[in-house]
Amino acid sequence: MNHWLAISGMMLLTVLIRASFLVFGQRLTFPGWLNRALHYVPPAVLSALVVPMALAPAGTVDISLHNAYLPGIIVAALVAWKSGKTLLAIVVSFVVYGLWRWGLLPG
Amino acid sequence: MTQALNRRALLLEGTRDTVPMLVGAAPFGVIFGTLAIAAGLSSATAIGMSVLVFAGSSQFIGVSLIGAGTALPVLWLTTFVVNLRHALYSATLLPFARDWPLRWRWPLAFWLTDETFAVVEHRFRTKGAEGGQWYWLGSSLAMYGNWLLWTVVGVSLGQSLPGLANLGLDFAMGATFAAIVAPQLKRRPALGAAVAAGVVAMLGRGLPYKLDLMLAVLAGGVSGLLLEQLARRKEQST
Repeated sequence: MNHWLAISGMMLLTVLIRASFLVFGQRLTFPGWLNRALHYVPPAVLSALVVPMALAPAGTVDISLHNAYLPGIIVAALVAWKSGKTLLAIVVSFVVYGLWRWGLLPG
Repeated sequence: MTQALNRRALLLEGTRDTVPMLVGAAPFGVIFGTLAIAAGLSSATAIGMSVLVFAGSSQFIGVSLIGAGTALPVLWLTTFVVNLRHALYSATLLPFARDWPLRWRWPLAFWLTDETFAVVEHRFRTKGAEGGQWYWLGSSLAMYGNWLLWTVVGVSLGQSLPGLANLGLDFAMGATFAAIVAPQLKRRPALGAAVAAGVVAMLGRGLPYKLDLMLAVLAGGVSGLLLEQLARRKEQST
């Protein structure tokens, strides 16, 4: 894939959305329900990416002790939820993942 | 002279009011830079993405999709959906900016992030928008400079840890996304949206064109709306 092409498209879309009303005025209007629905898009996208990564990291569902992704990602979510500190959550989850994968369950 | 001073004061005020947001965004800049390198972007494209796109969540999601070799139309559609909320910000700020020349409105639109929106909207609502373009510019430049700086730090970190990709890039992505999303789920409709999206994404695994992602977003949006509606009805009936 051409990364610059990918980035150019992302740039164009992002700036056009941000410029929509500010530059092109109020010819566009959003119905109220869409306004509210849009706030759920970022958590929905992130969950849609995370959940399969945790439950089926290799493509098939794997809820077993051999799946180090599951405890790691659960810990990341819990620490972030409790402390609100993203970096801390990531570091702690990496420790859990590393221990699980290479410490507790060799092979 | 006084006008120049006034502009500078507004610019500085905008910057100052944005400082808490800078602190919050910094770790994401570092993580973005590190992950971008681990996902196979060159340092030029990783930094280029921060320079040109300048949108945290879609940059994270973009890097993860690029790393997975996703087709361009899917990448762009996802970017579009994820950023669509910025149109709301654009609409909210339009009444204040309506009479400003385009040479102001274009760049300020380019720099319109969640953080700058929050700072600028609060200011305009409480104190009015007189000379507000300088305030807005101050906030924008602070966010932009901060994001670029921490992206570069992350990129150098990614390059000095070349083993990161083997060490579990997938996991780093997953942990980052989980840590970003978890604190957003304290309100029940948002939690419902996340659960619905997660379930649909599980069921739709492997659908072509990442349709699973689009369906999951749709399910999340609809669930969030329904739960919000239910909560409102309950409030009214009590």
